[in-house]
Amino acid sequence: MFRDPFDPKSLLAPRCSCGGAHAEADHTRLTAEAMPTAAAIPAGEEAQWNRVVDAAVLRAVFPVDAQRRLFLRTVGASTAMAAISSVLPLGVAREAFAQGGAPEKKDLKVGFIPITCATPIIMAHPMGFYSKHGLNVEVVKTAGWAVIRDKSLAKEYDASHMLSPMPLAISLGVGSNPVPWTMPAIENINGQAITLAVKHKDKRDPKDWKGFKFAVPFDYSMHNYLLRYYVAEHGLDPDKDISIRSVPPPEMVANLRADNIDGFLGPDPFNQRAVYDGVGFIHLLTKELWDGHPCCAFTVSKEFAGQNPNAYRALLKAIIEATAFASKAENRKEIAKAIAPTNYLNQPETVLEQILTGTYADGLGNVKKDPKRIDFDPFPWNQFAIWILTQMKRWGQLKADVDYAKVAADVFLATDTANMMKEMGLTPPDPSKKTIVVMGKTFDPSKPQAYIDSFAIKRT
Amino acid sequence: MAAFKNSLRLRAALLSLLIFAAIVGLWQIATQPVAGSGTAAVDPEYAKLVGVAAATGSKSAMPTPADVGATLWKHLLDPFYIRGSNDKGIGIQLAYSLGRVLLGFALAALVAVPLGFLIGMSPLVYRALDPFIQVLKPVSPLAWMPLALYTIKDSAISSIFVIFICSVWPMLINTAFGVAGVRKEWLNVSRTLEVGPFRTAFKVILPAAAPTIMTGMRISVGIAWLVIVAAEMLVGGTGIGYFVWNEWNNLSIANIITAILLIGLVGLVLDQVLAWLAKLVTYPE
Repeated sequence: MFRDPFDPKSLLAPRCSCGGAHAEADHTRLTAEAMPTAAAIPAGEEAQWNRVVDAAVLRAVFPVDAQRRLFLRTVGASTAMAAISSVLPLGVAREAFAQGGAPEKKDLKVGFIPITCATPIIMAHPMGFYSKHGLNVEVVKTAGWAVIRDKSLAKEYDASHMLSPMPLAISLGVGSNPVPWTMPAIENINGQAITLAVKHKDKRDPKDWKGFKFAVPFDYSMHNYLLRYYVAEHGLDPDKDISIRSVPPPEMVANLRADNIDGFLGPDPFNQRAVYDGVGFIHLLTKELWDGHPCCAFTVSKEFAGQNPNAYRALLKAIIEATAFASKAENRKEIAKAIAPTNYLNQPETVLEQILTGTYADGLGNVKKDPKRIDFDPFPWNQFAIWILTQMKRWGQLKADVDYAKVAADVFLATDTANMMKEMGLTPPDPSKKTIVVMGKTFDPSKPQAYIDSFAIKRT
Repeated sequence: MAAFKNSLRLRAALLSLLIFAAIVGLWQIATQPVAGSGTAAVDPEYAKLVGVAAATGSKSAMPTPADVGATLWKHLLDPFYIRGSNDKGIGIQLAYSLGRVLLGFALAALVAVPLGFLIGMSPLVYRALDPFIQVLKPVSPLAWMPLALYTIKDSAISSIFVIFICSVWPMLINTAFGVAGVRKEWLNVSRTLEVGPFRTAFKVILPAAAPTIMTGMRISVGIAWLVIVAAEMLVGGTGIGYFVWNEWNNLSIANIITAILLIGLVGLVLDQVLAWLAKLVTYPE
């Protein structure tokens, strides 16, 4: 993240176009050599941070590069630091930095919707991930997606749990005023399901679904796009042959019981809850449509991230850490216990355990096992955003032409997340390598328009 | 006469008890788990993963009266606990709701009573404002919620605004009606005695219109209490409406019935307080 200021030999000028401290001509050689030099940087998160602090102090003492080099060359790096620390309290500086560079704002409010998608955001509270990063976060349960959007836009929440298409819609001004919104981390992948009323247990083929009434949590949701995609692939027009309405998740089970809807593509715990209450059965998991699809997201406004860089970093680190913790199968039972109480999801523990461990009752008398039923992966692939934008366009939510790649990069902050993961000692994936396969059809993010054109049923 | 009155009261109370017992009895019978019905050979591993209703095949999710009684008792034993920002005792939730209702109601009274006076005293203003009142009055207060959230940008103030907007109309109309309906003789007397307009308003019109104004307030507070539950279900955070919503999330009917009972009781108390206040300002002619 910083050039090595301890090296008296590195060149001062001219800079290479890559931004590195070497001449243009040396670029290839030096990047090839970079691997062994990286080993010289101390391992472990804390040691790395100490190094960064030391470098900053050294630069502050010798603002002129040439002088610093002369000093280092004369006495050597370790003697130099010893000399400086005898005058300056280096330890204090290191400590201050280790605490996340003192967040500008410690008391933060994070809004969430009580569904298992929000697991990392919620569990970071009882399991202490926020406090570990010096934050005093209040996680506030919110009644619905429109409310969480309005409360976030009104700055009542510093950060919030949203559906991953929402930050795109907000940034583009689709369904609200355009406000630059960003999504530095995905919460969960997979973890949704199509649940049908028990009386339809013999109608497993979507072709028999003509006239069905379905519920999805929100218009701008993966649920809506996946359900539309699924029925359209089976030859049903989602706007004409079935009806899809937006219903808050908790009301889905009540509506299913009352025969008001025939089924829903909704978030857990309500799929499993419908089974638990004997109202519905799980037709399929969305994982079977697109394994690894994004669902919910951790979002902040661009304004908040810009004004409170340290608080933003601390928050994001807590979320990434919690997400990494949640992705481990062995932690899932403990998490189910932590998020079941009234203060968080307010659900029976066994329902949450079935969702998180993936050993579940399907509502038809079978016990199924799928440990990846829900998984957690924070990396905000830009390809996800482009896919979502193509579906917004396909179903007529997005009328204007957009620069897919640019919007995706502006909202889904893959670079930020990758940097943060590196700092935390995690290995970020290569942002260009992501294959998206939805129901057997591969999506090429470089040709979004061709993808939209390839569908028979669309609203363009 | 007194004996008959007493006996009427006694008989009414007895009848009330009887009705109550009948309701509870019917409820108990309706929710009794039907023994042996549909225990479709579910394997035990599966049964462990689903709720009782799904495992036994009986579809009823209604709790029995005993369940509700136990839940109510549990809430009454510890009404003021705080276990995190999303889990507070039912007493605290009721207090939040009451606070919002009283604040919105007080603001509405501050606006509605003077404005109602003006409308009642001046036929010109009455005719000018009438179309607005007629259009805005029948709007469901909850329809204001999205607009309020969008413009005020604060959910707490928005819910108070919704209470304000729903309680302002009955007060406004009743005040105007009461003021306009003050007996002409009394106004003529004050005119004969050359009493100034302000003195007339405070010493003649206000006392005469007070019972009607209080009736308007009584209607308002009733509506406000109806609306706060819906508003809090929409916005969430705190309050008895949030409590109902949160338990709906959990599909916990016993908790919802408990909340319904308590909401009814608090509404009754609010109504009785205003009825008592109305009695205070009523003078026998």
